[in-house]
Amino acid sequence: MRPYKPKKNVQKQSYYNDRFWVAPRVPQEAVESDEIFAEDFKSLSKTRKVKEAYLERGQMVLIINAKDNVTILKHLKEKLGYDVLSEMSAIDYLAQDGEFEIFYQLLSMQKRRRVRVKCRIKENEAIQSVESLFRSADWSEREMYDMFGIKVNNHPYLKRILMPDDWVGHPLRKSYPLHGDEAAQWYEVDKIFGKEYRDIIGPEQRDAAYISTTDTCNFARIKHEVPRCADPNSEPERIEKFNDDAPLVETFDLTKSKIVDRTR
Amino acid sequence: MAQHQVNYAASGGLPVALTTVDKLVNWGRTNSLWVLTYGLACCAIEMMASGASRYDFDRFGVIFRASPRQSDVMIVAGTLTKKHAEFIRRLYDQMAEPKWVISMGSCANTGGMFNTYATVQGVDRVIPVDIYLPGCAPRPETLQYAVLLLQKKLRKRSIFQKQKPKRLV
Amino acid sequence: MQQRNRLEPYFENLVFERDDNTMVINFGPQHPSAHGQLRLILEMDGEQVKKAVPDIGYLHRGMEKMGENMIYNEFLPTTDRMDYIAATSNNYAFALAVERLLGIEDKVPRRAKVIRMMLLELNRIISHLFWLATHALDVGAMSVFLYCFREREYAMDLMEDYCGARLTHSAVRIGGVPLDLPEGWLDHLNWFLSKLPEQIELYEGLLTKNRIWRMRLENVGVVPPEMAKSWACSGIMLRGSGIEYDIRKEEPYELYDEVDFDIPVTDRCDSYGRYLLYMEEMRQSIRILQQLIPMYKETEPYLMAHAPEYISAPKEDIMTQNYSLMQHFVLVTQGMRPPVGEVYVPTESPKGELGFFIRSEGEPYPYRLKIRAPSFWHTGILQDLLPGHYLADVVTIIGSTNIVFGEIDR
Repeated sequence: MRPYKPKKNVQKQSYYNDRFWVAPRVPQEAVESDEIFAEDFKSLSKTRKVKEAYLERGQMVLIINAKDNVTILKHLKEKLGYDVLSEMSAIDYLAQDGEFEIFYQLLSMQKRRRVRVKCRIKENEAIQSVESLFRSADWSEREMYDMFGIKVNNHPYLKRILMPDDWVGHPLRKSYPLHGDEAAQWYEVDKIFGKEYRDIIGPEQRDAAYISTTDTCNFARIKHEVPRCADPNSEPERIEKFNDDAPLVETFDLTKSKIVDRTR
Repeated sequence: MAQHQVNYAASGGLPVALTTVDKLVNWGRTNSLWVLTYGLACCAIEMMASGASRYDFDRFGVIFRASPRQSDVMIVAGTLTKKHAEFIRRLYDQMAEPKWVISMGSCANTGGMFNTYATVQGVDRVIPVDIYLPGCAPRPETLQYAVLLLQKKLRKRSIFQKQKPKRLV
Repeated sequence: MQQRNRLEPYFENLVFERDDNTMVINFGPQHPSAHGQLRLILEMDGEQVKKAVPDIGYLHRGMEKMGENMIYNEFLPTTDRMDYIAATSNNYAFALAVERLLGIEDKVPRRAKVIRMMLLELNRIISHLFWLATHALDVGAMSVFLYCFREREYAMDLMEDYCGARLTHSAVRIGGVPLDLPEGWLDHLNWFLSKLPEQIELYEGLLTKNRIWRMRLENVGVVPPEMAKSWACSGIMLRGSGIEYDIRKEEPYELYDEVDFDIPVTDRCDSYGRYLLYMEEMRQSIRILQQLIPMYKETEPYLMAHAPEYISAPKEDIMTQNYSLMQHFVLVTQGMRPPVGEVYVPTESPKGELGFFIRSEGEPYPYRLKIRAPSFWHTGILQDLLPGHYLADVVTIIGSTNIVFGEIDR
């Protein structure tokens, strides 16, 4: 017989692993292959050091030092016309390198070009806010703080945005479980009823395929419905029949009624 | 003074209708179920569609109210997240008795496809539910059927009977 | 048994009545005209808003985390639930992002491209009709709501004929579309397109010159162009401020460079200008759809890209050829493995720029999936937009930004 393996995290386990598989890479082109990008890159590399630059699927990717982020974005915005910060967020590389990668996705509407600026910070480091340059960074940085716990310096209102204020943990970190930690799983019960009601309400049922014929609290058996949470072997509940077709108003039937003699 | 007397008994029909108080009250109740629109996500769009031109919910006496104080039924349409959970309980508590809850769509029933940290796994963890309505998102016809089922449930009920305290899962 | 609940008054930290003549009003998260679960905390001076703090996250379902735990094809139906008013545009944006990551964007057959564009434009019409219905309802025109929903139901019928679902379509696959158009669909579409313009005229007749409508919308919610750029607005919020940028024109995808259509722009910057743009965009969508019908008839009947590494072969091949069956089995059980790299792909959804950022490490699931939803920033702008307006205008402004909470909170 095959040895039994726990099937807790089926989605994460791949069915088959090819040890000799080497994943290809999305082709990276030199910055010089696009005129506009080449010019922008030349102008940019005069101001601050750009660690690496290449084109990936038609967009320029710049890898910079984390402390230069405001200077470089300012140069991109004011001198080179990349005046829309359409997206920014982070990627969790804590397990591999102990670092977060932060990316800024910029758009220049005149040039119709998009640039991605990337930098890396350590787990306990903070990054400088770019909110003074782009108003849209206000909410993006709050979201980044909420989801990854990355502190942002000089931000006007750094507070959780998507999760409630009393939430524990930062959900998009790879160390945070998909189904939430204990505080997350009991969040609504603790908040509404209090911790002492955890036993009454019971844990969350997260297995979509879970079926139990002995559990009469959560499952009803068709044609053998017992009262809720009763012993599954007890007598089935008598289902009250209701005549839906009965008229609301009964017409007066002369033959069935008895006329009271009121002559007296 | 009436000039001529009509013998109702003889001419076959009194201007009197006989019924029970239960039936009369339930008739009124079932045909004017005012609904608290608890639109949360996708299902709210289908709930709106069932109130709009083609499906016309007013035929069943279902009129959407935005206030919990004026409504009998709460249709929980959509995903309930942990951040929102306390508000649904708050609004449920504000509704006047007797009150019923229809949980519309898989997300409200069990959490559905959103098996994640942020989703309440079924609204019945927070408020008691009377009718579970499957589908993602259920069509307006399904919602109408649920309301008809709820009406059927209400008709069984005697008005003098005290409402049993409802139980969470 | 009855649970005792221990909910305390929520606003312990908020002072509602203060000495400085301001009052704090809580709006939402369950408000009929908040377009979902928006919560606004408004600081009022009499009728005027002094400070507005939007509070979001009441529909945060952890989609990005879900995406990291799913193979690419599995995640596609989840994208339906983002902008649930125009579900196909989300499916398409995700499919396009994965296709560009895989490098099979050009391999998508022409017929699939035409069908995708038809669905996208149909979804744009559905979304705009829905916007008009709810916006008019919020401002106070109930009858427009009923009229718009009537036309919307016909468009929904078309979607239903194609994919079987009314709301959550999943009508696009990575690498193509799952089905060809059913018989008689094009005639049905033609009939719908011939009826719609006169209905749009009806709405315009009801609203455009209506005194109340103009008083409620004109000079309300003025977004200057600098503010729109700074807040990364897109779609109609951007074009309503006089900046002509439509991703369909500027960075064309699919066959948008082959069809002829105009981008309506206005420099009115207010809610009324945006209303005019929505009406005009519906007309342009009709124009695109009318051009697509003859294009469809000229195409070859292939629906999925031929890229055996990533995309399953057609069902016929799977049933008859051993290698296709094996390939299909591997792709279904393990999922496709895209190359290492990252990609950000913007598309023009009815709400604005909907983009997917995907970081792939060569595994069947994305390492990081970031959804750039236009409504997120259109909600953020409220904190700069609302101060100075009256309380009654708050509803108009929320309506005119056309926000959908499924994609804000994700």
